[in-house]
Amino acid sequence: MADNRPEPDGIVLTEAQKRSRRRRSIAIALALGVLVVLFFAVTLVKGPAVLNRPL
Amino acid sequence: MSVVDHNAIELAPRISEADVADYIALLKPRVMSLVVFTALVALVIAPGHVHPVLAITSLLCIAVGAGASGALNMALEGDIDALMSRTANRPIPRGRITKPEAMAFGMTLAFFSVLTLGILVNWIAGSLLAFTIFFYVVIYTMWLKRRTAQNIVIGGAAGSLPPVVAWAAATGSLSVEPLLLFLIIFFWTPPHFWALALFRSDDYARAGVPMLPVVAGPDATRLQILLYTIVLVAVAAAPWPLGYFDAIYGIASLILGAGMLAFAVNVYRRRARAESLRATRKLFAFSILYLFALFATLALEVIFRAIAPTIW
Repeated sequence: MADNRPEPDGIVLTEAQKRSRRRRSIAIALALGVLVVLFFAVTLVKGPAVLNRPL
Repeated sequence: MSVVDHNAIELAPRISEADVADYIALLKPRVMSLVVFTALVALVIAPGHVHPVLAITSLLCIAVGAGASGALNMALEGDIDALMSRTANRPIPRGRITKPEAMAFGMTLAFFSVLTLGILVNWIAGSLLAFTIFFYVVIYTMWLKRRTAQNIVIGGAAGSLPPVVAWAAATGSLSVEPLLLFLIIFFWTPPHFWALALFRSDDYARAGVPMLPVVAGPDATRLQILLYTIVLVAVAAAPWPLGYFDAIYGIASLILGAGMLAFAVNVYRRRARAESLRATRKLFAFSILYLFALFATLALEVIFRAIAPTIW
């Protein structure tokens, strides 16, 4: 059966470019995740003092 | 008429194939390890209790700030890095990352490291980290490095500040102790870098960087290394007579200082090319060990005092 899909416009990434972009995206996501966890943990420590409350 | 459409070539966007490892290389991980270690020691010896979460946050911000400085430095020095064998494999000379990409990466990290340290820990530490990055990138890289043989002497202040930042993060203030840590690294920097510059002087000459061996010659550099090492040994021992640290640190600093001095004297005496290269390489390697061992002794003395108060 003939492929009737239109030719993609613009830039088509090579497999190597796709792979490296994916790895960079994962690294950015991890860095943002670390930042969120850091702000959350320090808020517990400094803000409501959840970690320091008496048992 | 040209058969090549130059406009099309110029307009074609460059798609990056840079990997995460290339961006990690921009952070200068080996320099970062020394920065993190000296900052960790400052956190350990600072008076009072620092919550572990705040300590980790401080170290992370200092590490990222140091990495940002490294990335911005590489972005600004891509042209000379390409000319030196030691730096030709860095991501920018290899074409893995462009200068604008490195600038954007460095600026982003600098912004977030300062902001995070300021908001989560305190603004004295955040401001000092911002000043450290500014000093390394603007004062050292952009201004001094290509203009004066005193580049690494003055620029060394940037590498000396991380323990001061860490001290401010731990205490919220500054005092004499972090100033002493600053001075130790400040006077350690010239012998360390001039030893490297002696055995890489051809590289620096090719790139047109006015390092001391290129401008004043190897003999003058050997003398300066020796003089700075004598001052370094005295400054490194100072916390003992000044009463900030006890005999364990004092004696260790003198033993390590004697080693540093012996290597510096060796560099001063050995002038023949092959012998000189060996001597400078040994001094360079020992200087790294020296700083690690000196700071480790500072931390160990404080830890020992804390866990064995009755026998101290």
